[in-house]
Amino acid sequence: MLRYVLKRLLLMLPTLAGVAVLVFVLMRVLPGDIVELRFAGESSFASKAALDLERGRLGLDAPLWRQFARWIGGLVRLDFGRSLWTGGPISREIALRFQLSLEVAVLATAVAVLLAVPLGLLAAVRQDTWVDYAVRLFSIAGLAVPSFWLGILLILGLLVAFGWLPPIEFTPVYVSPWRNLAQLVWPALAVGYRYSAVATRMMRSAMLEVLREDYVRTARAKGLWPRLVLWRHAVRNAMLPVFTVIVLEFAFLIGGLVVTEQVFNLNGLGLLFVESIAHRDYTLTQALVLLVAVITVLANFVADLVYVWLDPRIRYA
Amino acid sequence: MRRIAAALLGLLVLGLAPARADEEPRRGGELIFVVPSEPPSYDAHREETFGLIHPLAPFYSLLLRIDPTDPNGSRIVGDVAESWTESRDHLTYTFKIRRGLTFHDGQPLTARDVKASYDHIIFPAAGVASSRKGAYVAFESVTAPDDRTAVFRLRWPAAAALALLASPWNFIYSADRLRQDPRWYETHIDGTGPFVFVEHVRGSHILGKRNPRYGRPGLPYLDGFRATFVKSDSAQIAAIRGGRAMVQFRGVSPAEREQLQKALGGEVRIQESPWDCANWIAMNHDRKPFDDRRVRRALTLAIDRYEMASALSKITIVRDVAGVQVPGTEYATPPAELETLAGYGRDIARSRAEARRLLREAGVTEGFRFTLKNRGIAHPYEPVGVYLIDQWRRVGLDVSQEIIEPAAYFSTIRAGDFEVAVDFQCGYLVEPDLDLYKFQSTGVSDANYARYRDPVLDDLYRQQSRATDKAARGRAVRAFERRLVDEEAHYLMTLQWHRIIAQRRQLRGWYITPSHYVNQQLDTVWLSE
Repeated sequence: MLRYVLKRLLLMLPTLAGVAVLVFVLMRVLPGDIVELRFAGESSFASKAALDLERGRLGLDAPLWRQFARWIGGLVRLDFGRSLWTGGPISREIALRFQLSLEVAVLATAVAVLLAVPLGLLAAVRQDTWVDYAVRLFSIAGLAVPSFWLGILLILGLLVAFGWLPPIEFTPVYVSPWRNLAQLVWPALAVGYRYSAVATRMMRSAMLEVLREDYVRTARAKGLWPRLVLWRHAVRNAMLPVFTVIVLEFAFLIGGLVVTEQVFNLNGLGLLFVESIAHRDYTLTQALVLLVAVITVLANFVADLVYVWLDPRIRYA
Repeated sequence: MRRIAAALLGLLVLGLAPARADEEPRRGGELIFVVPSEPPSYDAHREETFGLIHPLAPFYSLLLRIDPTDPNGSRIVGDVAESWTESRDHLTYTFKIRRGLTFHDGQPLTARDVKASYDHIIFPAAGVASSRKGAYVAFESVTAPDDRTAVFRLRWPAAAALALLASPWNFIYSADRLRQDPRWYETHIDGTGPFVFVEHVRGSHILGKRNPRYGRPGLPYLDGFRATFVKSDSAQIAAIRGGRAMVQFRGVSPAEREQLQKALGGEVRIQESPWDCANWIAMNHDRKPFDDRRVRRALTLAIDRYEMASALSKITIVRDVAGVQVPGTEYATPPAELETLAGYGRDIARSRAEARRLLREAGVTEGFRFTLKNRGIAHPYEPVGVYLIDQWRRVGLDVSQEIIEPAAYFSTIRAGDFEVAVDFQCGYLVEPDLDLYKFQSTGVSDANYARYRDPVLDDLYRQQSRATDKAARGRAVRAFERRLVDEEAHYLMTLQWHRIIAQRRQLRGWYITPSHYVNQQLDTVWLSE
């Protein structure tokens, strides 16, 4: 088991190295220049000499290999450097937003799991009844409706019905749990619903497949209590693909809620990501891409470990 | 005519603005406003975005400022300057600095701080870039002979000298701080303004509280302010509608104005003004056939600007047909005279016939294809671009639009990688020096993206800039305009932007001006409830 874990951990390194090279090159290929954008965009008076001076200060006039070496050298020391746009340490820029993004991801995952597991189970057990049809309709609607659109509807609904809008500034949960929840529960619902739709359908189909397996038929044939057959033999096995979907979606939620964050004015990583690209803030974009890559790789790693726990066949193989 | 236009402009603003004299300002309360952009650093001498001015101007004072009650946004009054004199030869400006002003850290403000601040902008230390240095070429030196006197010496008379010294970007910084570290103000805030900095949570908000030692007795009225950063337009409108914010000071679109009026009724007040911003069309003189002035004139003649104004003002933030100055302001061309310029005539059929003739004469055949490069910003760039394409098709040109991501836009047009492109010009004050600078020859102006050289135009710029007589300056501005948009048609003006501010009813004492860069110190703003 320990060897398996170590092997999986070591495999992360070339993946992350590849991501680092790719993001560095891609950012340099993109047209646009942070210095022109910042100083010449709205001014008629910015001279070429002033722009060149600023490029030199930011280190953008150095050869690419030197810029890359400087960045990688920093990463090795766990120093992400400074944002070219704000001049602030990147670790601080990210830490500020990470708390919010993580909380939304956790809340949305909770919403998704609480909806998906019972609904998928119910639909499979009551296949082709009105219950199954209702669950399928609910989940297909979730897939069809973009979460940002649902978010806009939620906001308009709250405004029209109660004349109330969720807070537009983030309050940490330890400062005011109520205010924190009042802001984050709405995007969590909007995102969690779409997320649950994917998981519900996966849960239903996995359950249907498992319920037709020989070992389930055998368990029933030997007269086991139906609830025991369902929970001990069927659900546990059906959870394998569902868990994969949940883990991968969770990793996506950390940095991928770009539009939803705009709709609810959430100061999260998704918005920071978009802004860093829009500003051509190379150092910040590189750090964010790498962060999302690390989270995705770790999420996959966790999924693999849970597989081992859920399915002994993997462990023994 | 100019006076009538100015009066109309004033009426437009006054008619829609909250009452002024009949209300007693109330002390207290926190003003909450949304800002669509966030300052990259805190240094106004360096940054270009209004996202710096809106949340940070309340922490600072200026040498001179625009009178916060002037709807034209052009009356210059003293801020830390108590009074000033101009020498007979127009080469020396001497300012008396007000007594009793202190920085938020307790240090007194003296003329030495004024000198250090302007040196930071005009004569920056080695290795410090100043993107506004070019605006101050006429300034030779700044001295502070004593604590209460600051003297600005000019190389030649500059009509815009006071306007340049009233720039909302020229925060007065502490000389000691600048001496210790010229970059200190990029990461710290310490001014003499009406509010004291409390906190900045990046991506979220900036908080300020009343400065009890502010130099103007009785001001500010507010206990504090909260500037919340909200990037999305719809979220900004929702914030005002839901009472989470009272105003967004940059401007909203006509559709958003109507949405708020419908939802809030009397709870929302609207102020409108011509906006000192405009979209200009750069025709690349390095690309054929746009090096031919007949082609450029044809492009401007093809546009029905009056129909354009009527159609686009309903859907986006443009409204007035204008020349190189905001309509109704001191040096603006009166409408009747404007109609004599190419592309401004009322008889569009005749203009288009002339456009077709010029195109034929220049050898441009029916169906000639070119691409209009446009900036990927919804308002007003995209509607303006679509409208222009339609107009040019009416004279037989086949134009397609290429939308460029905003981040790549300036690199593209600065590199000259376009045939025709949508450009823009925005000023903090309606002032010919500021508004016309970009249109001088390439090499003189680094913002001339049409890439032409025109010594006549440069000379006209110099004439208006150095004129000491207003009438002479007016003539030079008018001649500059005629050469720029008519005779040579180097650039093509579309429409003047139109600024709309929707504010919650309780916000008082704030008056719209043609610029979204001025009137943001908030010392005269108050809340009625």
